[in-house]
Amino acid sequence: MSKDNPTLIESATFPRHVIAEIQRAAKTGIYDIRGFGAKREIPTFDDLVFLGASTSRYPLEGYREKCTTEVVLGNRFAKKPIHLKTPITIAGMSFGSLSAQAKESLGRGATIAGTSTTTGDGGMTPEERGHSKTLVYQYLPSRYGMNPDDLRRADAIEIVLGQGAKPGGGGMLLGQKISPRVAQMRNLPEGIDQRSACRHPDWTGPDDLEIKIQELREITNWEKPIYVKVGATRVFYDVTLAVKAGADVVVVDGMQGGTAATQDVFIEHVGIPTLPAVRMAVEALQEMDMHRKVQLIVSGGIRSGADVAKALALGADAVAIGTAALIALGDQSPEFDEDYKAIGSAAGFWDDYQQGNDPAGITTQDPELAKRLDPKLGGRRLANYLNVLTLELQTLARACGKSHVHNLEPEDMVALTMEAAAMAGVPLAGTGWIPGKNGV
Amino acid sequence: MATIDLNQSSIRELNEKLQVGSSGDNFTVNNTVGKHALSVGLTKDINVEINGHVGYYCAGMNQEASIKINGNAGPGLAENMMSGQVRVTGNASQYAGATAHGGLLVIEGDASSRCGISMKGVNIVVGGNIGHMSAFMAQSGTLVVCGDAGDAMGDSIYETKIYVRGKVKSLGTDCEEKEMKKEHKEELATLLEMAQMNYSVDEFRRYGSARKLYNFDIDQVDDY
Ligand SMILES: Cc1cc2nc3c(=O)[nH]c(=O)nc-3n(C[C@H](O)[C@H](O)[C@H](O)COP(=O)(O)O)c2cc1C
Repeated sequence: MSKDNPTLIESATFPRHVIAEIQRAAKTGIYDIRGFGAKREIPTFDDLVFLGASTSRYPLEGYREKCTTEVVLGNRFAKKPIHLKTPITIAGMSFGSLSAQAKESLGRGATIAGTSTTTGDGGMTPEERGHSKTLVYQYLPSRYGMNPDDLRRADAIEIVLGQGAKPGGGGMLLGQKISPRVAQMRNLPEGIDQRSACRHPDWTGPDDLEIKIQELREITNWEKPIYVKVGATRVFYDVTLAVKAGADVVVVDGMQGGTAATQDVFIEHVGIPTLPAVRMAVEALQEMDMHRKVQLIVSGGIRSGADVAKALALGADAVAIGTAALIALGDQSPEFDEDYKAIGSAAGFWDDYQQGNDPAGITTQDPELAKRLDPKLGGRRLANYLNVLTLELQTLARACGKSHVHNLEPEDMVALTMEAAAMAGVPLAGTGWIPGKNGV
Repeated sequence: MATIDLNQSSIRELNEKLQVGSSGDNFTVNNTVGKHALSVGLTKDINVEINGHVGYYCAGMNQEASIKINGNAGPGLAENMMSGQVRVTGNASQYAGATAHGGLLVIEGDASSRCGISMKGVNIVVGGNIGHMSAFMAQSGTLVVCGDAGDAMGDSIYETKIYVRGKVKSLGTDCEEKEMKKEHKEELATLLEMAQMNYSVDEFRRYGSARKLYNFDIDQVDDY
């Protein structure tokens, strides 16, 4: 219904954004490509709440009693596991999708906060290696920029099988962003619309993956933790197979996870939300008696310390953030309102990361725009934000009486909706009912 | 000359020995029985002679070393090689030379499907035939085939050059035959000589990218 004229009724089947998309498709003949993550409403961690301690359990004092946040990742087979001060890591985002300054900012921020950051589809830049104390090197289907020297320079290796925003899809970087440096790193002609492979070129199934992991370990002297990242779909089986193939760490990325450029139809319609994905991953690990032995990192729509605490309470060892980290750097900032308007968008709505004309200078290869982000300031902002998430996480853990954030457990939570109760496997608030459990 | 017997040494011991070898060292490896990840991650210009068949990813990510396999190779031979030389006297399974950035890969026998997939600068010379979907998304470097090529050769190819002496069953999307100019004949002659293959360059045809898929174009939609 229109605000000014109550007789104008908007169709639920054909709301304005659906009509606009049909019009756009008819005009251009090409599907909508965009960045960011799923925009529609899905069940999330917001649908869970903690049961703070009271008579039966006692809480910990806010500033006096310790609530530890350190995590160790990758101590199953790797000689040099990763030690982090906080379980909140920075997800893989490519140089190419992001400017060199943005990558440097992520490295600086992660390093100040005592956590890791991750390369992406396109290789490792000296800027990010130099400014990241702990850097995870992605091994993707495209293998752009992949080389054994960087592999040995990395602190961990993440084999990417999929991404929550597009499980089953490959990377995409449109011509506007294939600058000379990006083209050179990826060994591609400048200015082409790069559509990377969606599956790895030299293996097909989980048995091959096991051999691939062995090869990577042999090349790096069995030092580096090997992560396997999957987009959340058949999570139980994927996690089981990743563990069987020899992963030290499994990364599960839910459907609302961000992307630099993907078809909108992919972003909105493929994959399952992070909420059920965590539970399924933990069940797979528990069934193999591998929970806490193979670590679980969860990503996709993590925004606050509450999200982190809930993911950990469901059994994750750590989380990763992408979109929220970019926002911390300055993405969507009202400071650039005029510029957002000029490209037909607005702060808070902008999702055309693929265009390369980012007013905040983050998802761009334009040297002038990229200058808008000062890596030192960006790093400081990210570190501040990570510290806030960690403090919030500790606040919630202490309230539940936990001296380490990993002591949070599903029993500390209830769900506000039936959907969330079923997906997360915790009871609906005020009941003992977990839909789907024990056949009811 | 050091000899490593895989009946006695583990794969870890083998790779460790090869990885710390010094420039000019010679190694012989025996009793491979199809084991995986042999002679991977080498960084020096050492010579490795492997007697027997090898499994997956032999010579993976090679830098500088010369590796000769007297036998057949499993999938992913010399994957992501950066430099140096890898030669196999027999046949190679799928994805030989996948994503390799540099160096020379010589397969004296046949190569299976997806030979040179996503190659990024390597030179590959195959004495026999290659299987389907070879040079898929091949980015740069050169693939020389002295025998025949299977279906969909060079599908979605970028700037890799392909030379084929025999028949090509079919070309993949956006791959086309191109004129053999003087510079191409010279390049091919050099590669054939390096690979020790005795064929006349005049028997070869050249293939490469039609470059029609480089940018989204709705009128090419049937090709996607
Ligand atoms: C700009 C951008 C670039 C990305 N690039 C990659 C990439 O190269 N490789 C990858 O595995 N995931 C990539 N991702 C996905 C992230 O690693 C991560 O899975 C996702 O951002 C997590 O969800 P969140 O954005 O809701 O935090 C990218 C995400 C964004 C926003």
